[in-house]
Amino acid sequence: MKKKDPDLLLFHAPLLRQGMTTPRAMRDVIYALLPATGAALWFFGLSAVLVIGSCIAGAVLAEVTFAKRETRGESLRDATGVLTGLLLGLTLPPGLPMWMAFLGGFVAISLGKVIWGGLGHNLFNPALLGRAFLLATFPIAMTTWVPAAGGFLDVYASNLALPFMQAQVDGVTSATPLGMMKFEQEVTPLANLVLGRTGGSLGETSGLLLLLGGIYLWLRRDLDWRIPVSILLTVVIFSAVLTLFDGERFPSPLFSLFSGGLMLGAIYMATDPVTSPVTPRGAWIFGIGVGVLVILIRVFGGLPEGVMYAILLMNAATPLIDRYTQPRVFGRGVDST
Amino acid sequence: MHPAHHKSQTEDLEIQRVPFGKDYVMPLGQHIGVPSKPAVVAGEAVRRGQLIAEPGGFVSTALHSPVTGTVREIGDLRGVDGRFAPAIAIEADAFATQRVEPDPAMDWQSLSLEEFIDAVQMAGIVGMGGAAFPSHVKLSVPDGTRIRHLLINGAECEPYLTNDHRLMLERPAALLEGAEIVRRKLGAEETIIGVESNKPDAIEILCDHISPGQPVRVVPLKVKYPQGAEKMMIKSVFGKEVPAGQLPRDVGVNVNNVGTIVAIADYFLRGMPLIERIVTVAGPGVTYPANLIVPLGTPVRDVVRFCGGLKGGTREIIMGGPMMGRPIASLDVPVLKGCSGVLVFTEEQTSRRKEYPCIRCGRCLEACPYFLNPSRFARLARARMFDEMKAHHVFDCVECGCCTFACPSDIPIVQLIRTAKDDLTHRKESHG
Repeated sequence: MKKKDPDLLLFHAPLLRQGMTTPRAMRDVIYALLPATGAALWFFGLSAVLVIGSCIAGAVLAEVTFAKRETRGESLRDATGVLTGLLLGLTLPPGLPMWMAFLGGFVAISLGKVIWGGLGHNLFNPALLGRAFLLATFPIAMTTWVPAAGGFLDVYASNLALPFMQAQVDGVTSATPLGMMKFEQEVTPLANLVLGRTGGSLGETSGLLLLLGGIYLWLRRDLDWRIPVSILLTVVIFSAVLTLFDGERFPSPLFSLFSGGLMLGAIYMATDPVTSPVTPRGAWIFGIGVGVLVILIRVFGGLPEGVMYAILLMNAATPLIDRYTQPRVFGRGVDST
Repeated sequence: MHPAHHKSQTEDLEIQRVPFGKDYVMPLGQHIGVPSKPAVVAGEAVRRGQLIAEPGGFVSTALHSPVTGTVREIGDLRGVDGRFAPAIAIEADAFATQRVEPDPAMDWQSLSLEEFIDAVQMAGIVGMGGAAFPSHVKLSVPDGTRIRHLLINGAECEPYLTNDHRLMLERPAALLEGAEIVRRKLGAEETIIGVESNKPDAIEILCDHISPGQPVRVVPLKVKYPQGAEKMMIKSVFGKEVPAGQLPRDVGVNVNNVGTIVAIADYFLRGMPLIERIVTVAGPGVTYPANLIVPLGTPVRDVVRFCGGLKGGTREIIMGGPMMGRPIASLDVPVLKGCSGVLVFTEEQTSRRKEYPCIRCGRCLEACPYFLNPSRFARLARARMFDEMKAHHVFDCVECGCCTFACPSDIPIVQLIRTAKDDLTHRKESHG
């Protein structure tokens, strides 16, 4: 008897795909952040777990709450909720009350992503939008910095503040290197900045580990190297120029590079593909814009840190940048001779 | 773009000849342009190599019988895509020797350019790389345009395919003969054979066969897809871009596939019209992969059977390469002049992952060899804003498929672009 022919599909070419998928790209970013998250645990003890965990819980809850019923399971599989929560958590002060962190995570996903139409449609980086919300709503808690914890199991009392209660700041507070620079003209030693032994947000303190994660992402082709490179270069050049004018008043290039949230912002937030330009030239413009705004806000603004607003402002400019930096199409603008 | 080559399956396999079968189908529209006009009637006996259809216009070409036998039917028969289209069905004579009595070899040197071009058309020669564009049209250069370089395309950048590679290895002399004919006829100064550097044996063998003083150069090219797209190749070899909307001849270059050049040599030196071609049969679903000489019109079923049949789990068969080829609807469709490969794919290549929204990662922009913005095209196509797409030069797209290949969200970008282009062209026609 004749063997039956297989039922043939008619998918159109190309049938081949490169291996990368969107959920895998998201998970890669999470892996890349693991060393820096580990450093947060090392420096701030269990508090880091509580704050970051609350953010992720808030973000994932928002993701599940607002997903359509049919796609509820799938919206979690792309890992963007977890990633947003993690990124947000890493930008928060270690002593932040858990309920605030949770709220921040919820707002980051709901106002930062869902209302725009979900993954791929938002104008602003969701994690930074969540942070901006927290900074506007809880300015004191968001700018109270505690020194690195004594032991691993220590928890800052303020973490455990009841919902809708302000934090009780217990005893000692410290300032971030940027705060000390701005308000007291005191310079933190560079070695501490690079390794992360300073006050500051959970994940921003160790420039070295953040850089390592960035290299991993670059090797995996998950991030547009032009963006972090242009941001960091701009910051170095701009602050070098400023120190030429007044070495006392303005921070040195290396200090600018490793202090505050610059590494975290430049490598993990500004490179969010959804909210940064798609064109290569646009990426340069975007990066230079972020770098200039960071230094302007840090040096001349009222706040010691400016990475968040710098990135959010450039996010807003992204559609325009994309429109004017489309590459020249092959064979256009050339003549045949 | 660097898709995995997947060429090791067949690159070392010598070209074999497929035995003759029983049923042959020659679609009248197997080239780009106007379909051919039948020159035989049902029931008529035909010889292998005999003219069975004449060109239906200038952008059209002749067809010849691939076998000695009888014309069974002329009418609408099922084509590659599953639609019915006019074709000539021939039943082979099981007792015939299938020997070709070639037309006497022509004295090509004494032919005028016009006669030469007519001869190419009557030999039924089309672009053998896959597009099947009638070669004589490409060789017809308008007055005032001067061809300085004959560029021969041996890039074979599509994964899996090795038919051009084997042809260069096994028939280098014929390739160089054909190159000399075309170069002389076009009055070009130099012949350049572009070969991707993953075929060092082909490069070496061609260099060995070039006689001293012959104006031929073999240029190794970087291995990248789509190196074999003619405008890409011109950029790689000469460093210049062919302006959009113009043709290679406008920068003084004529590009032809190695298979086309060998077909020209076979016709002018040996009197063989285009009645067979080399086909790579490969892919994970085929039992014994091979490079085969297949008479045109042979059903894919016979080709696959010769290769030991399909493995279980076959899901799709592509005619041509995996990036730009066409899926076939049934095993009964015939091998055509433009069929460089029969590739059999299984679950792994055909399972479709969940499509995610575009995350604007820019991988498609980076992949597009024409520097277009595929992600924007996909978005506009979904919104059916086809005119907007035209304004963004959608017709500069050659549909190489790099964007779909690169997309991590698995958006069928090039497929959406094809739909849009189809809509735009057909609308143009219906509005006159």
